[in-house]
Amino acid sequence: MPLAVALAAALCLAAASDPAERLPDPTQEARARALFQEVRCMVCQNESIADSEAGLAVDLRRLVRERIASGQDDAQVRGWLVDRYGEFVLLRPSFSWANLALWLAPLAAVIAGVLALAAHLRRPVLPDAALTEAEARRLSDLLAGTDGHDPALKSSRDDPNA
Amino acid sequence: MITEFGAFALILALVLSLAQVLLSVLGRYRRSGLLAGAGEGAALAAFGALALAFAALIHAFVTSDFSVANVAANSHSEKPLLYRVSATWGSHEGSMLLWNLALTGFGAVLAGRGRDLPRDLKAVAVAVQGLIGSVFLAYTVLASNPFVRLADPPVEGRSLNPLLQDPALAVHPPFLYAGYVGMSVVFSLAVAALVEGRIDAAWARWVRPWTLAAWSFLTVGITLGAFWAYYELGWGGWWFWDPVENASFMPWLVATALLHSAVVTEKRGALPGWTVFLAITAFSFSMLGAFLVRSGVLTSVHAFAVDPTRGVLLLGILLATAGSAFTLFAFRAPGLAAGGVFAPVSRESALVANNILLSAATLTVLLGTLFPLIREAVSGEAISVGGPYFNLTFTPLMAVLCLLVPFGPLLAWKRGDLSPAFRALIPALVLGVLVGLAALWLLTPRKAFASLGLGLSAWLIVGALAEAAQRIRLFQGPLAESLRRFRGLPRGAWGTTLAHLGLGVFVLGACFETGWKLEAAQTLAPGQSLRVGAWELVLKDVRPVDGPNYDAETARISARRDGQEVCALTPSRRFYPAGGQTTSEVAICTVNLSHLYVVLGERRPGPEGRGVWLVRGFWNPLALLIFIGPAIMALGGLVSLTDRRLRLAAGRRREIRP
Repeated sequence: MPLAVALAAALCLAAASDPAERLPDPTQEARARALFQEVRCMVCQNESIADSEAGLAVDLRRLVRERIASGQDDAQVRGWLVDRYGEFVLLRPSFSWANLALWLAPLAAVIAGVLALAAHLRRPVLPDAALTEAEARRLSDLLAGTDGHDPALKSSRDDPNA
Repeated sequence: MITEFGAFALILALVLSLAQVLLSVLGRYRRSGLLAGAGEGAALAAFGALALAFAALIHAFVTSDFSVANVAANSHSEKPLLYRVSATWGSHEGSMLLWNLALTGFGAVLAGRGRDLPRDLKAVAVAVQGLIGSVFLAYTVLASNPFVRLADPPVEGRSLNPLLQDPALAVHPPFLYAGYVGMSVVFSLAVAALVEGRIDAAWARWVRPWTLAAWSFLTVGITLGAFWAYYELGWGGWWFWDPVENASFMPWLVATALLHSAVVTEKRGALPGWTVFLAITAFSFSMLGAFLVRSGVLTSVHAFAVDPTRGVLLLGILLATAGSAFTLFAFRAPGLAAGGVFAPVSRESALVANNILLSAATLTVLLGTLFPLIREAVSGEAISVGGPYFNLTFTPLMAVLCLLVPFGPLLAWKRGDLSPAFRALIPALVLGVLVGLAALWLLTPRKAFASLGLGLSAWLIVGALAEAAQRIRLFQGPLAESLRRFRGLPRGAWGTTLAHLGLGVFVLGACFETGWKLEAAQTLAPGQSLRVGAWELVLKDVRPVDGPNYDAETARISARRDGQEVCALTPSRRFYPAGGQTTSEVAICTVNLSHLYVVLGERRPGPEGRGVWLVRGFWNPLALLIFIGPAIMALGGLVSLTDRRLRLAAGRRREIRP
């Protein structure tokens, strides 16, 4: 059963490509299609070779398929592409020292945020300053006119927390 | 003559904006209501002048006046009227004019309305808004004037990029710019509050309607852009993590964070510094977007109006404006009170978690967009950061956020209790798990992450509904009581529910479409057919069609399911002789919420010298939800905007907890 599902998936992927370019072996074709998503069409405006109709994309698809058909694995094909065109050709940047900041920044940002929140929560709570005499008098004046209700609220239905 | 009048009105708008700055500053300095009022008048007049200038440019495009350089470069007399009008904002100069129209428009609304604002704060805000307007208007007048005439006018124009001749794209920039530039008012209010040294709950309440309006516009604008990419670029995708898309997405993410942190500042007086920081950041990202899109430092499928030399000027404006605001912030921030205290489990904490994740997501998108530039500057090596990077970094952050979203509105302020929130969310949890497992079991091919996404979407949708049910005490007492609460619920609460519901609907569509779309392609001669899942696409014939400014080949394709014709589709390929470009016009058949998406490819030599055509068919299940979801979110923003608490005189604190 899982094999049948995998085969169906492979067939469905393979079927989307141009029939003139397709590889006969559906699993190899599926691998090629997955790789196309990660390869930049360098003459296009920011597209992968999977999506492009440009001549270079057609050529690159053919070359990648040839390499896969000759038995190379994905890493070898990627390595060949990088040797030929530089790292620019890969839409997924490699996990290297030069790209460390790029890959770790999202996690670092979340950790920094959580630490800031923790620091905020552990802040010592200052006791509320007592009202001055003038403030206390003004407060009781204000409350006297409202029977103890907030004058801004017409009814309990306005309560934003209801 | 009308063009010269437009040029005059543009310069007049610049002068009026400068007057707006001067009068408002004097009004604040001398505490003179008369001078401040004159500043507000100048803001209204500047908008009026710019509206006239904009109308003059539209007139030049509609009448195809090719003696105007901008019209000659971007229009064509055979183009339909709608696209002659929309070509007005299709170029660098025209789009900057639209930007200025929005900028002065928001300035006019700030000056004309906003009666609730304290006089001093308002005068400074109007001055800052005028200053931003003056800078961008000066740029337009001096470096990007759309009214420049040609000495030798050509007989015919060079036309607009045919990809941009599209109804969705005609209205996409106005929405997007209203969103981008709406953030300028938030920015002005933030700078004004820093100048006045007063940031409190009342300030957060004044900022909120502007943020809501801008956020809603931006949501609609981005969705229209994604919809355009979906049916115009012709390969069925709707989001490419393209620099231009990212440029519009970053202000949206910051605005979303700001909406949530402003609630904390408004209701609890907490996080004032952070809210002001986001208010400044949102418009800074809008300006960054304006710079990235026009400077050509990054390549993009949406690349438009690229001009490196003027890009440097825009970068200068960005650095000067954002830089001075952030400097002011750095000086004033230490003096801001830290605000209210809250427990680890509370609505404040939930909203802070939202802000942490959205900020991390914004940083991810920013870094992913700019990192190729950074590496090239540092080591000279060119690299690409594309979709796969964002799928690995941005998506997990958003998945965690989606897990937390339903909790937020269910927790009480200051000190919340998790167990009632959990109890209210049991239906959402059960349904989410069931949907996820069902997707994993029943749908072929089996996809773990997409199934997880479906589970999350059910959790979000049911969670939003459960929260609404909790608010009106549904099934917890008599129905009449629930109905009474239903009617009495503030619009802001409905806005929250709708926005969270819309997010769930979007996640449902996006995950389903991405995970289980079907694709097929075949070269067909008339009479032959192609299978896409349960569908059979029969190519009937292909005919030449003469369009107003293009020649096309249009196919008639019958889409059948179980032998019955459901749709008649007419995808076509257009050739625009004016620019020498070919575009593909996709045909889409909407079946319930799903799309059958058909693309006509190139003609190839077939057997016996007869032509065959490459036909691609896509079955995009639930694709419509990808665009309905954000529409529901924007609707939530608008509903929230009509809340009477936002329209009433602001400044009064209302804090009563049940």
